[in-house]
Amino acid sequence: MNIEIRNGRLIDPASGSERVQSLYVAEGRIAALGTAPVGFKAERVLDASGLTVCPGLVDLSARLREPGLEHKATLESEMQAAAAGGVTSLVCPPDTDPPLDEPGLVEMLKFRARSLNQSRVYPLGALTQGLKGERLTEMAQLHDAGCVAFSQPGASMTDNQVLKRSLEYATTFGFAVWLRPQDATLSRSGVAHDGEVATRLGLSGIPVCAETVALSAILILVRATGARVHLCRLSSAEGVEMVREAKRAGMPVTCDVAAYHVHLSDVDIGYFDSNCNLIPPLRGLRDRDALRAGLNDGTIDAICSDHAPVEEDGKQLPFAEAEPGATGLELLLPLTLKWAREARIPLPVALARVTTAPARVLGLPGGAIVPGAVADLCVFDPEEWWRVAPEALHSQGKNTPLLGIEVQGRVRYALVDGRIVFELTTTRAEE
Amino acid sequence: MNANLQIGPQGKLMHLLTTEGLPAEIVLHILDTARSFVSVAEREVKKVPLLRGKAIFNLFFEPSTRTRTTFEIAAKRLSADVVNLNIATSSQTKGERLLDTVANLTAMHADMFIVRHSQSGAAHLIARNVGPEIHVINAGDGRHAHPTQALLDMFTIRHYKGEFRNLRVAIVGDVLHSRVARSEIHALTTLGVPEVRVIGPRTLLPTQVENLGVQVFHDMGAGLKNVDVVMMLRLQQERMSGALLPSAAEFFKSYGLTPDKLALARPDAIVMHPGPLNRGVEIDSAVADGRQSVILPQVTFGIAVRMAVMGILAGN
Amino acid sequence: MNLPDAESLVAKLAEEIRRDTGPSVALVGIYTGGVWIAERLHRILGLATPIGTIDVAFYRDDYKRTGLRPGVKPSDIPFRVEDADIILVDDVLYTGRTIRAALNEIFDYGRPTSIRLAALVDRGGRQLPICPQFVGAAMQVAPEQSIELRQEAGRFSLAVMSRGAREA
Repeated sequence: MNIEIRNGRLIDPASGSERVQSLYVAEGRIAALGTAPVGFKAERVLDASGLTVCPGLVDLSARLREPGLEHKATLESEMQAAAAGGVTSLVCPPDTDPPLDEPGLVEMLKFRARSLNQSRVYPLGALTQGLKGERLTEMAQLHDAGCVAFSQPGASMTDNQVLKRSLEYATTFGFAVWLRPQDATLSRSGVAHDGEVATRLGLSGIPVCAETVALSAILILVRATGARVHLCRLSSAEGVEMVREAKRAGMPVTCDVAAYHVHLSDVDIGYFDSNCNLIPPLRGLRDRDALRAGLNDGTIDAICSDHAPVEEDGKQLPFAEAEPGATGLELLLPLTLKWAREARIPLPVALARVTTAPARVLGLPGGAIVPGAVADLCVFDPEEWWRVAPEALHSQGKNTPLLGIEVQGRVRYALVDGRIVFELTTTRAEE
Repeated sequence: MNANLQIGPQGKLMHLLTTEGLPAEIVLHILDTARSFVSVAEREVKKVPLLRGKAIFNLFFEPSTRTRTTFEIAAKRLSADVVNLNIATSSQTKGERLLDTVANLTAMHADMFIVRHSQSGAAHLIARNVGPEIHVINAGDGRHAHPTQALLDMFTIRHYKGEFRNLRVAIVGDVLHSRVARSEIHALTTLGVPEVRVIGPRTLLPTQVENLGVQVFHDMGAGLKNVDVVMMLRLQQERMSGALLPSAAEFFKSYGLTPDKLALARPDAIVMHPGPLNRGVEIDSAVADGRQSVILPQVTFGIAVRMAVMGILAGN
Repeated sequence: MNLPDAESLVAKLAEEIRRDTGPSVALVGIYTGGVWIAERLHRILGLATPIGTIDVAFYRDDYKRTGLRPGVKPSDIPFRVEDADIILVDDVLYTGRTIRAALNEIFDYGRPTSIRLAALVDRGGRQLPICPQFVGAAMQVAPEQSIELRQEAGRFSLAVMSRGAREA
């Protein structure tokens, strides 16, 4: 379809440019900027005056819960949520049931996602079979089936020899390994950051060293094996500093932070809000500020949603028994904008953290608004306030720490391959 | 999620969930009212008709005969109807959600829930999900709080010491796992006790506990010097298996309350323990049964204080 | 309005009681005014049995409306109620509800032989079948007014306050 996006403020994070211009989409690509190409006839005109147009968001972690966890969410609802959040490409972690450790499962997932014709789905394969941390998965075959990299949450990787060997095996094929740094034994039975809040609330703590000990082991093994590693979900000031040092020393590591961790701290648990039960835990204010500083100076490459829809029964439990995770696809953009506003970061730089930078981590093109580029676009109103309420969320998971809070930044349209996959209708009950 | 559930409009107590943030006026109201109930316990008819017609449900997700019994006695002395529910936490019964259990009981016209649970925050979760007419008393949730224990301990201290503003109080033992300790600390600081000390090995003291307004001691000798009140905490056997302590014997040597250690405190210092006692682990029998021990009066006062809490809540 | 002199009312009450009771009579005062009067009567009459003091807070019929207010004082009856001749003492008798509560409270201590009622002031307006055997004086005030007993430097006095009517 030929689409004209008229008079929006075009933001191109790749070049840092920002200007009000019209954008013309044809055959799935950006055909032109500014003036329509010769003979272009728009089949739809989207009035983007007052709106911002940027590349579609690339989310490095969003759980779709299929296969196996359909009581939490389905592909249908979560792909809707992604589109509503302006996320045109998402990476989904392998922690499904069963985990994504077999090519058949990955093919099925890709097939299901493709048939929905919405955002692009990039599955991560399990690094070890069953995610048990013991035996390697068939990485080459999983890659052929569509896995972009291989991943393991730290808590289940207890054997450093297995870790080392899985890194070595991955480097055989040049595959990247995504690891969440969390030492299994130091974080054992912990549910909240080990600090004053956990002490007051009587919650078992996960000390910062659970992250830094694991990080230390990972960084040393990266140096030893030459593996390409992406570090998932930093949470501590010390952790950020370790990554900063590693990058300074020229190590080819990348890392991300979850959007909620850019804003919240353990204080937000309040009186046991189990929506704040997250992995890694929300840490102290000092840690949160260090994460923001890490985003500022590029130590942290990308912000992701770490989307994890949980059914109500999973959250309406005492804090330590509740299932960790928060719904996040639809909050990624507002939370990124909020950070940009508060830290006084220019919008192109801020948006790079959810577009070009994650695309680079994935080794994919994308995130550029130039003629010829694929038309994965997000058109949003940066000023519009909306209340985070169950009715306003498309995700089946309503579990967010921001429930009842008003946030700023509303997606009006999302395009993938030049097709409109989301359009905000004013009939949706929001208040 | 940040609203203080306990206090309703006009500052009235709607639930008793924790001593943290409980205004001093309310604490004193409870202690003063409890005094009247002590005298009720000393007459022949130990009942008053105050809560006649009210249904009080003991929801004990974590078993406890002692605490449940004192709540039951207290409720019956207020002429309330008491229903005891011991809900085992075995996997068979995990099928029913905590909140479904509560909803079912509400449908049976419960007026008050007394909740004990092995998880911190359970009482808050229940209080957040009951109707406006129902009051929740936290009888112990995980490591978080045991407010009625702290209140009866404050009553005991006031009974023997009169004033709070001149006291030095030491809390000894496994503070890390103790909901009693946390509740005591909040109550003591609220009532203006100038010096609250915690004494224990590093592994049994929670992170940044000094931020709660206490002084930390690892040496019991130093910690007990000139203290007016010694509160001993129970040490559970499981602590040995979690690499927190090597043995009960070593714990007793460093942190057990013996007559020698007690002698370092003031000569008129009182010894308290929330019970049940582990003789020879945290406390020596000579001290537990000695003249400075007020452990048995604590139990008596516990009934009066719980009557006061229930009486005040049910009328709000 | 001409308020009666509380001191002479107490003296009058003491005389009426002295004429009609034996030396082993026991006084029970209701907090706070009733206790003051009971203490004074006890002194004047030179009674052997110590006075009892009760608060009635736990026996009131308006608990559901007003809850348990701060300031409840412990009740204390230091003599054996079983077989006792008791005179219940209150400052202002109004609806009779406080007396009903006091009767219930005393019966939870034991079974007395008799209970009679002495009130410094009877303002009428009974809502229950309660009547005093000994009265200082009868007074009429408007329903929204209340009568209060004051004690200053050991002297009693009466005052009329304009407020929501308090039940006596």
